[in-house]
Amino acid sequence: MKTPVRKIIDTAESVAGGWRMLKKVAALVFKKPDEPANIYRQMVRVGYESLPIVLLSALFTGMVLALQSGVASTRIFDQALFMGTLVSFSMVLELGPVLTAIVIAGRVGASITAEIGTMKVSEQLDALYTLGTTPEKYLAVPLFISMLTMVPVATLFANITGIFGGYIIAVSRFNIPGSVYINDIITYLTNIHVLHGLIKSFFFGFIIVTVCCYKGFTTSGGASGVGKSTTRAVVVSIVSILISDYFLSTLLTSLGLI
Amino acid sequence: MIKIKGLKKKLGGKQVLDGIDLEIMDGEIFTLLGGSGEGKSVFLKNLLGLMRPDEGSIKIDGQEITVLSGEDLLKVQVKVGMMFQGGALFDSLTVAENVGFGMKRLTDRSPDEIKTLVKKYLKMVRLEDVENLLPEKLSIGMKRRVALARAIATQPEYILYDEPTTGLDPITTSAVCNIFLELRDKLKLTSIIVTHELETAFKVSDRIGLLHNGKICFTAPTNEFKESKDRYVKNFIEGNTGGDHAEKEKDPIRGDRDEIKQ
Repeated sequence: MKTPVRKIIDTAESVAGGWRMLKKVAALVFKKPDEPANIYRQMVRVGYESLPIVLLSALFTGMVLALQSGVASTRIFDQALFMGTLVSFSMVLELGPVLTAIVIAGRVGASITAEIGTMKVSEQLDALYTLGTTPEKYLAVPLFISMLTMVPVATLFANITGIFGGYIIAVSRFNIPGSVYINDIITYLTNIHVLHGLIKSFFFGFIIVTVCCYKGFTTSGGASGVGKSTTRAVVVSIVSILISDYFLSTLLTSLGLI
Repeated sequence: MIKIKGLKKKLGGKQVLDGIDLEIMDGEIFTLLGGSGEGKSVFLKNLLGLMRPDEGSIKIDGQEITVLSGEDLLKVQVKVGMMFQGGALFDSLTVAENVGFGMKRLTDRSPDEIKTLVKKYLKMVRLEDVENLLPEKLSIGMKRRVALARAIATQPEYILYDEPTTGLDPITTSAVCNIFLELRDKLKLTSIIVTHELETAFKVSDRIGLLHNGKICFTAPTNEFKESKDRYVKNFIEGNTGGDHAEKEKDPIRGDRDEIKQ
């Protein structure tokens, strides 16, 4: 059982280690890639292959959002009002970015840590040094590029799907004309709101890839070590996403991006 | 030539390497013997620059590697091939992609040339028609030979073997040993083997050293090593536990040596 002091020291060491890894990756990210095909492969893994689960989650989130807001609005005002506005704002500013990031952290982040961790404990990372590359160059750089680009792209699709989910409920359950739902969106939602959500999703992607790569690179202790690292990576990523969401929203709001 | 002087490394509070002095001559096969947990793999990782020693110097071709980092260290690391204990083959790549991995990065060869060379190196380690297999389909002996092909494919000047024959059957062990000798004779590779397998050490080595308590306590040409009267060496070769004394049970070699001193 670790003492609180030990835990603080470990956390400080992890932050310092993560910072050292980031410095190495930052120095490599704009250089000629080790294997361009690797970047494409990771983009497919992070973006395309995550889309079904991201979109499914977003669709039902949009639907339940419309359902709850419609029921509440009907009780208060005797009719469902501004459903398009409510669903679109909720999706674009909060639920789209956060939900997408959490799904990708669970799906891709976990597999990144497990894969890198397995390579670490089986000395595959060490082997890279003798073959003209480094783990940061061969593994981390493609993951950073793909995560920083594909999480915002997936978020954009999640936003659209969530709003569409709300549309289905608004039209089918509350008999709101589709044009009214869409008009509620385009009247109030601006590009700035969309940008607000995408900036956050960019940072969430950064959090996921940093935490998951670092946990993978520092894995030790065989198969059980890989399991522990993977669990920690997902937990730390999700908690960090939720905490940073508040601070990022505060910052972006104070900068007028809302 | 590799020159190691006063190499020390502490891990988890234990002094794993405690002042290693060693010189490896060009073209020789040097084997470092030692029991399990004596720090043989730690020694190799220091030599390869994967671990930074606490003290001491490691010079490869006159270049001090303990002070290098980043690209400078990488330039030296590619001079040294390594066959890892479990093979350390990349799981997601085929055998051919594994063997060609280093060539793709370190040479300007075309994909077709690499393909031809991959076949050549696989043939050197007596493997054929395995190019398209994934590592999971290979036995441990085959994995190690693929790892060896991958290590020599980058044409290193030095090659390090970490427990290369541990867990292999006698026929495969013999085949692997013959490959080591061929590589020395054909490619003039300087090899460092760390193992606890005496049969392998005696069959392939030009010189043998014994690692004990973080120090190389004895070094000699193979025949001299075999016939050495040094107690450490004799106890290691004969698997002598040094009697029933509790202290000797804990540390058989030292127990015997301490007894002699008294």
